[in-house]
Amino acid sequence: MNPDYVIAFLASTAGAATPLVLASTGELVAERSGVINLGLEGIMLVGAVAGFSATLHTGSMGLGLLAALAAGAAMALVFAFLVLTLQTNQVATGLALTLFGLGLSAFLGRDLVGQTVAPLPHLSIPVLSNLPFVGPLLFRFDILVYLSLVLVAVVGWVLARTRIGLLIRAVGEAPHSAHAIGMSVIKLRYATVLFGGALAGLGGAYLSLALTPMWVEGMTAGRGWIALAQVVFATWKPRGLLLGAYLFGGVTVLQFHGQGLGIAIPSEFLSMLPYLATIVVLVIICRNPQTILLNKPMSLGQNFKAD
Amino acid sequence: MARTLQCLHVESTTMEHPLNTEAQRVEPRLQLLGISKSYPSVVANAGVDLTVMPGEIHAVLGENGAGKSTLMKIIYGVTRPDAGEIMWEGRQVQIPSPSAARRLGIGMVFQHFALFETLTVAENIALALDEKTTPAQLAPRIRAVSAQYGLPLDPDKRVHSMSVGERQRVEIVRCLLQSPRLLIMDEPTSVLTPDAVQKLFVSLRQLAAEGVSILYISHKLDEIQSLCDKATVLRAGRVSGTAVPKQETAHSLAELMIGDDLPTCSLLPRAPGEVRLAIDRLDLASSDPFGTRLQDIRLEVRAGEIVGLAGISGNGQQELLKAISGELAAPKAGNIRILGKDAGRLDPAARRRLGLGFVPEERLGRGAVPALSLADNALLTGYLSPGAGMVKGGLLRRGAVGAFAAGVIKRFKVKCGGADAAASSLSGGNLQKFIVGREVELAPKLMVLAQPTWGVDIGAAMLIRQAIIDLRDAGVAVLVVSEELDELFMMCDRIAVLAKGRLSHAVPVASTSVNQIGVWMSGEFDAPVNEGVDHVPA
Amino acid sequence: MSRLEARPTPSRAMMLASPLIAALAMLATGSLLFLFLGQAPLHAFYVYFIKPLTTEYGIGELLLKATPLILCGVGLAIGFRANVHNIGADGQLTMGAVAAGWVALHFDGVDAGWVLPLMILAGALGGLAWAAVPALLRTRFNTSEILVSLMLVYVAYLFLGYLVHGPLRDPAGFNFPQSKMFGDAALLPLLKEGLRVNAAFPLSLLAVAGAWFFCRHTFAGYRMQVSGMAPAAALYAGFSEPKNVWFAFMVSGALAGVAGVGEVAGPLGQLQPSVSPGYGFAAIIVAYVGRLHPLGVLLASLLMSLLYIGGESAQIELQLPSAITGLFQGLLLFYLLAADLFIHYRFKPRTRETGATTDAAVPLETAHES
Repeated sequence: MNPDYVIAFLASTAGAATPLVLASTGELVAERSGVINLGLEGIMLVGAVAGFSATLHTGSMGLGLLAALAAGAAMALVFAFLVLTLQTNQVATGLALTLFGLGLSAFLGRDLVGQTVAPLPHLSIPVLSNLPFVGPLLFRFDILVYLSLVLVAVVGWVLARTRIGLLIRAVGEAPHSAHAIGMSVIKLRYATVLFGGALAGLGGAYLSLALTPMWVEGMTAGRGWIALAQVVFATWKPRGLLLGAYLFGGVTVLQFHGQGLGIAIPSEFLSMLPYLATIVVLVIICRNPQTILLNKPMSLGQNFKAD
Repeated sequence: MARTLQCLHVESTTMEHPLNTEAQRVEPRLQLLGISKSYPSVVANAGVDLTVMPGEIHAVLGENGAGKSTLMKIIYGVTRPDAGEIMWEGRQVQIPSPSAARRLGIGMVFQHFALFETLTVAENIALALDEKTTPAQLAPRIRAVSAQYGLPLDPDKRVHSMSVGERQRVEIVRCLLQSPRLLIMDEPTSVLTPDAVQKLFVSLRQLAAEGVSILYISHKLDEIQSLCDKATVLRAGRVSGTAVPKQETAHSLAELMIGDDLPTCSLLPRAPGEVRLAIDRLDLASSDPFGTRLQDIRLEVRAGEIVGLAGISGNGQQELLKAISGELAAPKAGNIRILGKDAGRLDPAARRRLGLGFVPEERLGRGAVPALSLADNALLTGYLSPGAGMVKGGLLRRGAVGAFAAGVIKRFKVKCGGADAAASSLSGGNLQKFIVGREVELAPKLMVLAQPTWGVDIGAAMLIRQAIIDLRDAGVAVLVVSEELDELFMMCDRIAVLAKGRLSHAVPVASTSVNQIGVWMSGEFDAPVNEGVDHVPA
Repeated sequence: MSRLEARPTPSRAMMLASPLIAALAMLATGSLLFLFLGQAPLHAFYVYFIKPLTTEYGIGELLLKATPLILCGVGLAIGFRANVHNIGADGQLTMGAVAAGWVALHFDGVDAGWVLPLMILAGALGGLAWAAVPALLRTRFNTSEILVSLMLVYVAYLFLGYLVHGPLRDPAGFNFPQSKMFGDAALLPLLKEGLRVNAAFPLSLLAVAGAWFFCRHTFAGYRMQVSGMAPAAALYAGFSEPKNVWFAFMVSGALAGVAGVGEVAGPLGQLQPSVSPGYGFAAIIVAYVGRLHPLGVLLASLLMSLLYIGGESAQIELQLPSAITGLFQGLLLFYLLAADLFIHYRFKPRTRETGATTDAAVPLETAHES
């Protein structure tokens, strides 16, 4: 096996992992406050099409990324309004958001199919990127890869050590108690849900602006759902998200590098691997009920209404 | 019928207030005028007036469901009143939120603690304070206050590992750190052993001496007589009277609360029959990571007797009840024997077929499905009764279901909109009567009830207690788990205590006292006891 | 929303009205959308929603597209009532199609009456088997059935892709990824000459009737309902949750599989890289809009089917993008969820008289009442 090939394979893992890191980190924050957003898949798609469209029409990658953040937050706002203010069922509303996002993204992107933009450029970190082997492996990613790593660290620190993190954890555990001592549960949940949506939108845009710089209907191919599974796999702790996402990144790119790595299985079966791996990983985490009981935010999925 | 004394002008007679700067007249610390609050199916408060002076320990007295909790929620800003005024130290105020209440100087210790299990004491307190202090900065202040008022606490301990009494201290210290001028305590002693109750009273008297007003919500007459200066009595949402507890008798206070002559239950002596429930060396870990582990539980309940299990919630009651009902499987089939058969590994339906009836603690969501009709709820356990014929060949026979439900409604005087009324539309007392009635009508040979009169109005409570006694007289073995010692002493032949997952011996009620039970409730099953005054039911 | 208060009992009137309100809201939004796209709203409205229904062929198409929605929707509704969320119906549909297609191709040339029933059976078993995986993983390993059933959808799509590109590809098909066309014995009989609607439609009506009977009259249906509404009560009553989960998945999987048969033994007539434009997902919307009630599912399926056909008709006549269909579907469900608010809540009446009470003034139990 060609060492350059191996480097390319390992490096492409980061690209595949980053959308998952972004989306799952955002969702983790929302879930820690007690809200589960099954609309991630729809939000990622809308973010992808919004980011691509903005970049295509303005020529600015920065504006594209901002558009993705805004689109993700807007989708999440619809979800938040229904679930937090109108008290609709979280599961049904999340599913509705995904289906709506599928339709909306197809609609918005109908004229964009076949067009391309210049992809998010890879950085070349001075000095470090010229180190043998490690250089091309670790220090030539695009900026969102590095940002996503920083994001996970920051979110972990905020949740564990700051007052806002404390508030989020408290609301996720016992919203009625939080309300009784005077916290605004609804306002906090709006904030976490919008945060999660924005990041999911950004994650989707990574697909259409960095990984394969074009728009295809349904291009997330289930990554939103995998991001939801990632949060469970990480038992709602940010540090677990990185491991899960990079594991999946590796499994995902296997389908493209399979033949190069000497694997002789029909490509469709290699493509199945990420989905099957998600199932296996979920089973491993969930089979001991104590694991979930001890880590899952106690109010997850339940609506809160003040008297 | 209602003795209502409107106290708009209060003279500063007995209150020698060190902080009183006004020469002529002391303003009440808190005054409620004509407070009213309604919910869709019930009026919680109607025209309530309340006056609390500085440094006064003021009881708010009333039976379950009289409207006490709602009133406190209004004072603490959790709920807004529909009508009425709130005067704080002479000025009219609005209290739109708990933070606003805290800014005024009102603190509240909740009956069901507003604590977060996975966080530490310091983190919990930090959350509730409006200033942005970190838990680390709070720790020394927590230690200082808890020492000052005799409420020992470790700021770094996680709440889930603390006993109920300790958790209450967290709630109190949290309030005290904000230097309240009015402290509301909602049913504080329902979770305390008699010993801890006395310690609490010492702390409260100290606070009152410093000028803090205390609103003490309770339905326990002896405590109120011991602690409180004034009492406002609520009945059915209105003020039925005010009194000075030390000048009243338990009977006159009870009359204000209930309005009629106090009904009593009478228990005729009976020789118990064969063992119908045998719990043998049951060791069980809880399915809840913050639950209590049961250790070496042994108990026998015989036909024709009522055995009471006393103890504060959180000492293993949930786990024991689920082990008996079958919602939790016991480690060995022989751990639980129902009518002589090994039942420890059987599911709830199989145990009912052996003759078990069970009234759980939670009415809505466990004993009954809120959105379903009473008829459909009758089916919940009624399907197991061959006589009722509700299910045949896998198909529902709605006629039989409706008839059964109608029968329960009639016999147990359930006030509702008929058998088709949704369970959620009934008041707590009526729904409890329905659930008890359903289980009774299924003619169990062993009946287990958990907190049978919790949150139930006095009329329904008496009916339920009488139904339990009737079961016993008909030869059914009855096990009652309750936090209300009064109730257990009134109804039971034998009584045992569940504390920290262990069970004491079951002793005849006549040969024990509240003191002894109180000692056992702290887990000291073998400690010697001073034989105090025998218990007299309120 | 401080002007809202909880109703003491859910409003039956609103339960029936909210799907209608949602549909109307969707139509209103749709008209705005047409305007935005540069179309005269009324005309676009006509082309989209009315015109397809004016011909016999149009009605046939309506019923044709409604069939898989009814089959899937009925099964999903039974599961949703019990809080069992089968989101993978599209995967089960696909595997049912694969199974039936394999039978059809295996017995290609055999002109016997048992081929078609065998295909239907195979389809049902294929869908059922695919649904068994999330059922097993939830009951044995506590794994979320939503995520597992969803992952399997993608696996099913890929498996079908593998088959039509490889083992089952028509050798005389110019390398197109599709199977041989099925012989006449392997095709569902049409209901009327000239229309495409076939025998799968009456089957779907049978499913509606069966589901209605199940939910209303059987004890098993009652158990599933309690399980969904109050799991603690179901445990208290001794109802077995695993049984409910298995039953819900088996039924919805089998029905989705039959829906798959309806597609490949019907309008498609062969295995193709995709056998469903997302019917399994649209069926989720159908189930909710139909209030999880079999008759409601039937009506909602017809509405949803109209959205599909209208989309095609609008695309041809008005050059409106076909993607609006997905938009409408999502909007419909949103509006339904929003309208459902008024089943459990209402605006506070202006005046409230104090004093009128039932028995003792016991407030509704909340977390902090005593």
